[in-house]
Amino acid sequence: MAALSVNVVRKRFPALGAAPEKLVLENVRFAASEGETVAVLGPSGCGKTTLLNLVAGLDPEFEGRIERPPGRLAFVFQEPRLLPWRTVEDNLRFVLAGEADAKARIDAALAEVELPDAGPVYASRLSLGMARRVALARALVVRPSLLLLDEPFVSLDQPTAWRLRLLLLDLLARHAVTTLLVTHEPREAVMLADRILLLTAAPGRPRAELRVPLSPEERRDLARIEAVARRLLPDRPEPLAVEAA
Amino acid sequence: MSATELAAAVAPARPERVRRFEARRLRAPLSVLLLLGLWAGTAWLLAAPRLFPGPASVLEAVVRELVAGELLFHLGWTLLRVAAAFALAMLVGAAIGIAMGRVAVLDDLGRPWLLFFLNLPALVTIVLCYVWIGLVEAAAVIAVAINKIPNVAVTVREGARALDKSLFEMARVFAVPRLAVLEHVVLPQLAPYFLAAARSGLALVWKIVLVVELLGRPNGVGFQIHSAFQLFDVATVLAYALAFMGVVQLVEWLGFQPLQRRLERWRR
Repeated sequence: MAALSVNVVRKRFPALGAAPEKLVLENVRFAASEGETVAVLGPSGCGKTTLLNLVAGLDPEFEGRIERPPGRLAFVFQEPRLLPWRTVEDNLRFVLAGEADAKARIDAALAEVELPDAGPVYASRLSLGMARRVALARALVVRPSLLLLDEPFVSLDQPTAWRLRLLLLDLLARHAVTTLLVTHEPREAVMLADRILLLTAAPGRPRAELRVPLSPEERRDLARIEAVARRLLPDRPEPLAVEAA
Repeated sequence: MSATELAAAVAPARPERVRRFEARRLRAPLSVLLLLGLWAGTAWLLAAPRLFPGPASVLEAVVRELVAGELLFHLGWTLLRVAAAFALAMLVGAAIGIAMGRVAVLDDLGRPWLLFFLNLPALVTIVLCYVWIGLVEAAAVIAVAINKIPNVAVTVREGARALDKSLFEMARVFAVPRLAVLEHVVLPQLAPYFLAAARSGLALVWKIVLVVELLGRPNGVGFQIHSAFQLFDVATVLAYALAFMGVVQLVEWLGFQPLQRRLERWRR
């Protein structure tokens, strides 16, 4: 049985002032089994973030039905969305709501994102790359049954983004959490996802659903990723920039 | 050789910029001395010690009242009233401000009221409170609070409007309890606005308290100033005024400034 089942028949944004009503998503239907990572890939503005908001329950206004697995939900937003006036440790504690082994879990989560000493640092002092790691740690520390990732490595320099993707790859393998990743970056989708759902440009409609034929080792090999991305996504919506990581 | 001397000896010559900064720090005390000098000079020129006493006569009055026990007694009463009115105004004003900042209907309904109370002269509020409630302590405190509540509400409303929506979304996704959201998301964002309201509030409240005391209380700095006024005793008027100004400045130094440093630690 699917852990996550999404069926968005239609999602519209109502008319606002001079802007007319806008159809954002149509007939987006997919499922993810337990522990599976599904990537939603599409050009900017095709409603990917809207889709995540629907799945997260932040926006109840749509036609269709979404079934989430029981258990906790975790979301890594496009911006880290940390509390700048709290320390890293308190940012993680914030989502743990007084659970007994909070301290141990926080330490473990910070170690997992390779920031074992960041606990007492104010979140306002982190670099963007560090803040994204902390956002990942905050997501994992709740032991989610469903993990939502919204372009988690956007606006990082390429080497940092690549390192963080490798880190995320390990974390996903270790935690076996059902994951929905939204991205406009084909290689990111190929590297991290078991399956890819391609969306059209706005309004987002499903264009294809692809299975990624990569072993865990091959997912660490940029050349393999490039090759598969080029083969699977020949008429990809955005050109692949070729650069060394 | 003491530790500081040792440090001074070992330390390299300080750069020009640091030395200039230290020179700047002397400007404020110099400015105070200048004011005192001008005051003393004017008093000496006018040679009217009763109507325009110099700093020395005022200091003498302060000491006299202090020794007589009067100064601390009346200062204490005034401080109590200021504290009560200040607390009431901050509490009620903050609640109104948050409600108006978060709920559009309340903002629309509340705005004309706010405008009315912002423009209501303090003296009118005081007179009406004494007439309607009576010449009692509660009337005095309420009158002062009513004068300050609209200012607090306006300031806090700005803060409540500026709350970061994306952090509320984050808290909702992670199912964080409401109380924790209040403590870790809402209050830290409102803190600078509370502090601004508190600072301007204290400055306004203590001045209005003096008027309230002058009009209908049997003690307090305002009452004493009134009594001295009837005797044309300017030195005593200034003695009480300066003493209370000193207390207010102490609250700024020992209360607000350390509090602000604490609240803003994360920014540095």
